[in-house]
Amino acid sequence: MTTGNQQGWLHRAWQSDVGYSFRTSPVAVAAAIVAFVCVFCAVFANVVAPHNPFNLATLELSDAFLPPAWIKDGIPKYLLGTDDQGRDILSALMFGARISLLVGLASVVLSVVAGVSLGLLAGFIGGTVDAVIMRVCDVMLSFPAILIALLIAGVSRALFPNGSEYLAFGVLILAISLTGWVQYARTVRGSTLVERNKEYVMAAQVTGVSPLRIMRRHVLPNILGPVMVLATIQVATAIITEATLSFLGVGAPANSPSLGTLIQVGGKFLFSGNWWITVFPGAMLVVIALSVNLLGDWLRDALNPRLR
Amino acid sequence: MSAIPQPAPLVQAHDLAKTFDVSPPWLNRVLEGKPRLLLHAVDGVSFDIARGQTLALVGESGCGKSTVARLLVGLYRPTRGGLQFDGQDAHAAFRTREGHNTLRRRIQMIFQDPYASLNPRWIVEDIVGEPLKEHGIVTDEAQLEARVGALLQSVGLAPQDMAKYPHQFSGGQRQRISIARALATQPDFLVCDEPTSALDVSVQAQVLNIMKDLQRQHGLTYLFISHNLAVVRHVSDQVGVMYLGRLVELAGKNHLFDNPRHPYTRMLLDAIPKMHDIGRSRTPVSGEVPNPLNPPTGCTFHPRCPHANARCKAERPALLSFQGVKVACHAVEEGRI
Amino acid sequence: MSLLQVQNLIVEFPGRRGTLRALDDISFEIAPGEILGVVGESGAGKSLTGAAIIGLLEPPGRISSGQVLLEGARIDNLPYEQMRRIRGRKIGAIFQDPLTSLNPLYTVGRQLVETILTHLPVTPQEARRRAIGLLEDTGIPAAPQRIDHFPHQFSGGMRQRVVIALALAAEPRLIVADEPTTALDVSIQAQIIQLLKRVCRDRGAAVMLITHDMGVIAETCDRVAVMYAGRIAESGPVHEVINQPAHPYSMGLMAAIPDITQDRERLHQIDGSMPRLDAIPPGCAYNPRCPRAFARCVAERPDLMDAGATRAACWLHDAHAGAHA
Repeated sequence: MTTGNQQGWLHRAWQSDVGYSFRTSPVAVAAAIVAFVCVFCAVFANVVAPHNPFNLATLELSDAFLPPAWIKDGIPKYLLGTDDQGRDILSALMFGARISLLVGLASVVLSVVAGVSLGLLAGFIGGTVDAVIMRVCDVMLSFPAILIALLIAGVSRALFPNGSEYLAFGVLILAISLTGWVQYARTVRGSTLVERNKEYVMAAQVTGVSPLRIMRRHVLPNILGPVMVLATIQVATAIITEATLSFLGVGAPANSPSLGTLIQVGGKFLFSGNWWITVFPGAMLVVIALSVNLLGDWLRDALNPRLR
Repeated sequence: MSAIPQPAPLVQAHDLAKTFDVSPPWLNRVLEGKPRLLLHAVDGVSFDIARGQTLALVGESGCGKSTVARLLVGLYRPTRGGLQFDGQDAHAAFRTREGHNTLRRRIQMIFQDPYASLNPRWIVEDIVGEPLKEHGIVTDEAQLEARVGALLQSVGLAPQDMAKYPHQFSGGQRQRISIARALATQPDFLVCDEPTSALDVSVQAQVLNIMKDLQRQHGLTYLFISHNLAVVRHVSDQVGVMYLGRLVELAGKNHLFDNPRHPYTRMLLDAIPKMHDIGRSRTPVSGEVPNPLNPPTGCTFHPRCPHANARCKAERPALLSFQGVKVACHAVEEGRI
Repeated sequence: MSLLQVQNLIVEFPGRRGTLRALDDISFEIAPGEILGVVGESGAGKSLTGAAIIGLLEPPGRISSGQVLLEGARIDNLPYEQMRRIRGRKIGAIFQDPLTSLNPLYTVGRQLVETILTHLPVTPQEARRRAIGLLEDTGIPAAPQRIDHFPHQFSGGMRQRVVIALALAAEPRLIVADEPTTALDVSIQAQIIQLLKRVCRDRGAAVMLITHDMGVIAETCDRVAVMYAGRIAESGPVHEVINQPAHPYSMGLMAAIPDITQDRERLHQIDGSMPRLDAIPPGCAYNPRCPRAFARCVAERPDLMDAGATRAACWLHDAHAGAHA
């Protein structure tokens, strides 16, 4: 049996050079813990959040505009205060983070799948296919990302004015992933060009393995390193892009607000002194993006053989 | 002349040639007025390899020996010329599904770099087992394990090694794994592209001995590419010397080493530092291998050849038989040397 | 007096899995004008020896004990600035890859002149004159014109000649050459070997030639040191070590090298492989693979001792105890 293969991979990972680098890097460990807490709260918001801000039955309008608990007039029941309709900010943060993370992760997954596939094809087949794909990349890079996302979101709203919530999310995810796939395609193409000339690929060709199988089974596992680093950092970028789009009003729908929506909604109350309605969602966004970015930075250094 | 009819050679190459287009991109050519650039990596090479024998191809950088290796395993298609394998047109067979599968089973290759020839993310069992699975030689896990274990043993490794990753082995052991992989489909013909050049001397000895043993056991035919003439003397039956894409001499091993004919062969043999010729001073031949993109006219060796005349500058010599060996040299043909 | 003396040199690499000892008590000498070959297989530590002498050990590697003396003065414990001045002026270096040894952005002439001016008290015009002279001496045709060419305009063999010229520019007493011909074609190898011998003899420079190619050693060197697992197994005159090796490893090595002058059915092979740095056996590092090992070989590590015409680190040659078969 292939004993060494799947069994104990976690143990091996912990003991490996990368695992050692993680264990001894306080920044990486701290960032990982913070990110884990945020993700946990987001995933299990139903259970963890003290209130459900979207259940109209539990809302009490009299509790509106309560400041955070440590300020005069604040009460411990609503730790971070409430917004204009009496919704608990802390709970809204968790549910909002859930939406943000969902959209962020989904769009990164889509970007990775599209970008890696196109990059593999471009690098492996070369010639005209390569030229076409790379020119498409060049064109896409010359458009600002937000502009593309706005365009797609705006067009779909015009086409489907009464579209369901799922459509809105789908379009949002598509829009964000379209801005991100080019990086993967280029990176993967470069790595593929290097691997393609290695003898183990030639050995597979001489054995008669089909090009598609070679790409999938031989080359792909060897080029995923830089992709993982990129993906980690792009999760943060995707979340921020989503927040921007929601802030601009073309992102998540109002009844399932993401962090960006919360920021936008809360912005109205900033100057009337109810700063907590917009600041806390903003801080949460920064914390998530920062911890994921730091993890990505650590991963890039850990995987770089020369820095070890 | 023998009364017993010789069996047909297993491999027959006839006027094989491969040209690569290394021109600058189309836009650059148009804007900068640059011409097309063609690299004649292999320029008309012909040889036969009898069953169970080893033909060694030697030469310096740019001579095209690696390209010949890749032509013979079907990684490249020849620009001109043909290859017969066991009496059939090989490149036509590669284009049919059945022919392709058969040839891929019967022809295998071993590469130079032991660190790049094994996929670093696969365990040895999968690496050696891939040809077995690809050609349907094994049908279940148990069979695979048994076959892979036997193959590893035949190259001097332990069956338990199949669970390890390549980075856990030394260079010589990795090369043995490559040999085990190449033998998985029980091929008839093995193309070896500088298999020991990256190995230390003592490890090289081990690998060469294994290769010779396996050849005897399985009746394998080898094409052995190398730049190391001492290794070639040890493994080959026939030797072909290449220079800038052409064969300049093709002879039995002893003929070549004891009585080299072509001036380039003589120069090559003379240039090798020999261990037991201590402190010998000699005058090496001048010049370097010319740029393959812009080879000299006529006989490509003439700028460095002490015997070149006007005919050498103008006319390309053909590979002619001469006292039991084949030489492409006007001076030899004319009896000047 | 010896030009270079290496005494009990130990080089270690502290790492997270413990400290690896890459060079373990190396001692040798080079006389002025002599060519010493350092030969060994990969992992034996020959390149590290060269790097330690020039002072170019990559951190975390460091010399943890022992001394390197150049013309009687210690150079292993000098501060960076002083070592920089010695490097180039007293010690020249030639590495394997001529492509990366030269800066592609500067002309060959500029690199030569810069080296000369850094180490010798001459005027720029004189430096340029000397640079042209060096190029001519190393066999570069049309030197007065080619001195203003860039490295990529030279072919591989020509580039290595330029590198040799660069190493000789400041008139060093010692040249450390690390695999100078390995990346070159056989016919160019021969030319470069001849060149190295000639220019070093002409200038009285000693050479430490590091390589894995015994043929190159045979043709070029006066003496040779055979390294194994970070130690010197045998050293002595080239003729003796090649024809009458005293250490079982040297014997195995010489026998394993295929000989172009004769046919052999099987090559002599040494079973096993050189131990990794973290798994060096106790006693003599070669004992697991040695056909003549006995009890003392596992227990005690032998130092270099007289073994006829050479010196070998092998208990078989211990004059004080009876030799065991």
